[in-house]
Amino acid sequence: MTIPRETMPPKRHELPPLFESLGTHLRDGLRQVVARLPIEPPSFVLARVLDRVLLPRLAHDTRQALQGRTVELVISDLGIRVRLQLDYAGFRVASSRGEAELRILAPANSYIRLMRGEDDADRLFFERALVMEGDTELGLILKNALDAIGPLLTWPGRPA
Amino acid sequence: MQGILTAHHDAINSTPNSANSPYAPDSRIRNNAAPPAWLITMDAAVTTNATTRPAVKPELVCPAGSLRALQMAVDAGADAVYLGLKDATNARNFAGLNFDDTQVRAGVAYAHARGARVLMALNTFADARDTRPWFGAVDTAATMGADALIVADTAVMAYCRDHHPKLRLHLSVQASATSYEAIEFYRRHYGIQRAVLPRVLTLSQVAHLARLSMVDIEVFGFGSLCVMVEGRCALSSYVTGQSPNNAGVCSPPSAVRWQHTPSGVDARLNGVLIDHYGPDEPRGYPTLCKGRFDVAGERGYAIEEPTSLNTLAILPELISIGVKAIKIEGRQRSPSYVEQVTKVWRTAIDSACAAPQRYSVQPAWSATLTRFAEGQQHTLGAYDRPWR
Ligand code: SF4
Repeated sequence: MTIPRETMPPKRHELPPLFESLGTHLRDGLRQVVARLPIEPPSFVLARVLDRVLLPRLAHDTRQALQGRTVELVISDLGIRVRLQLDYAGFRVASSRGEAELRILAPANSYIRLMRGEDDADRLFFERALVMEGDTELGLILKNALDAIGPLLTWPGRPA
Repeated sequence: MQGILTAHHDAINSTPNSANSPYAPDSRIRNNAAPPAWLITMDAAVTTNATTRPAVKPELVCPAGSLRALQMAVDAGADAVYLGLKDATNARNFAGLNFDDTQVRAGVAYAHARGARVLMALNTFADARDTRPWFGAVDTAATMGADALIVADTAVMAYCRDHHPKLRLHLSVQASATSYEAIEFYRRHYGIQRAVLPRVLTLSQVAHLARLSMVDIEVFGFGSLCVMVEGRCALSSYVTGQSPNNAGVCSPPSAVRWQHTPSGVDARLNGVLIDHYGPDEPRGYPTLCKGRFDVAGERGYAIEEPTSLNTLAILPELISIGVKAIKIEGRQRSPSYVEQVTKVWRTAIDSACAAPQRYSVQPAWSATLTRFAEGQQHTLGAYDRPWR
């Protein structure tokens, strides 16, 4: 089809990616080291953060939908992988074995922009800055819940 | 979030339902009289230019999938927002999206306090086994003070006409009315006061309808492009058993699977591979119409590429032919999309109305819209068909 189009070269990231300033070797080396680290510490830290900033604002139906499902977040540029599960008491570290029901892959900046309410997950997907694998419906519940709640993160000094 | 009254609402749009508002009662609309003879012979009507209505500033109608998106749309300058309930009565019935009764009430209060209107999308076809959710949603909309309903099913329209005669009806794109006769049918029988046109008509066809139709015409201005007469498309039914006009989705989330591979991403709909995006290729929503297929030995987009509709380039024409409202697609999108796209369209409509001769699409507007576009590109779609 010959429909006139206006195209723009896609911009990968709005903010300069984290660790951009490091040399390629250092960055790749760091990523390999980080990737071999156990997933527990970062998962534990994130679970505690989400218990504070997300859990109290989660609607009842969303909470029910997420209950007992394993979500894996891969911070692709840092090689960090976290696995979480929501149970009745709050977020907890999920087992590192077996398939996660939902897997999200994105660089650190995509997560930061989403958590600050500055970006649109669909846009990040179109721009290749986010991929979701597994149960897409679960991913959508999560995305819609975050959209409805608004920014989870704000820079110091700025009101939510 | 701004808590003060926003300054963007101009004289035309500042008081909903006032005499000069786009929702002012129009005596032509709700009478069930037959149209005048000149309207029947449409071509004659066109050549004699029987109706000359002065161009008015079109209403900017923006999507709200959540209360937060509604607030951001209103703050960014939307004249109206459209929303749906958390059930199958609207065509964006996605998990976690949409409004419960408390949120509708809060949304209506927020919008009305700032001079904006709330349209409730009730635009799926009622389930014949149980129509109660649809009729109940009509009652809810009336109780909550919605300014209009966006409807597709004649049973829902009839219920509203009989039980809430004062509530405005807008014909949804899902009703697939593309001709004067079809729109006139809905006006005469159900008293619809506006029709949303499918994205398949050329600019001259839209002009023709806007000139003849006794109801207001609303067109899509920006958002994901549907290249067919949406309410009649059976592509997603074919693959998933669900379609836009009953389940409200072309790619039901439960049927969508993306798989990251070393060579890119596979997109599947109910197990059917509909595209493989290379690492540097643009991506779009996983609808069958925007997939790539082997056709006659060649692999490519058989129907349409991932792209969004964008009509900024023909905005002055849309206004001068008498289009009364411009709709932004995307209740499934995030509040940041709603806010930024609304800001661009607010500025564009204001500038096209203030000085149509000097209007030009600003590079910054295009850049913002392209960022949010599917496949990161946009098109005028059927409005401009060079191959005709
Ligand atoms: S599948 Fe494509 S053509 Fe069909 S209704 Fe959906 S967007 Fe339109």
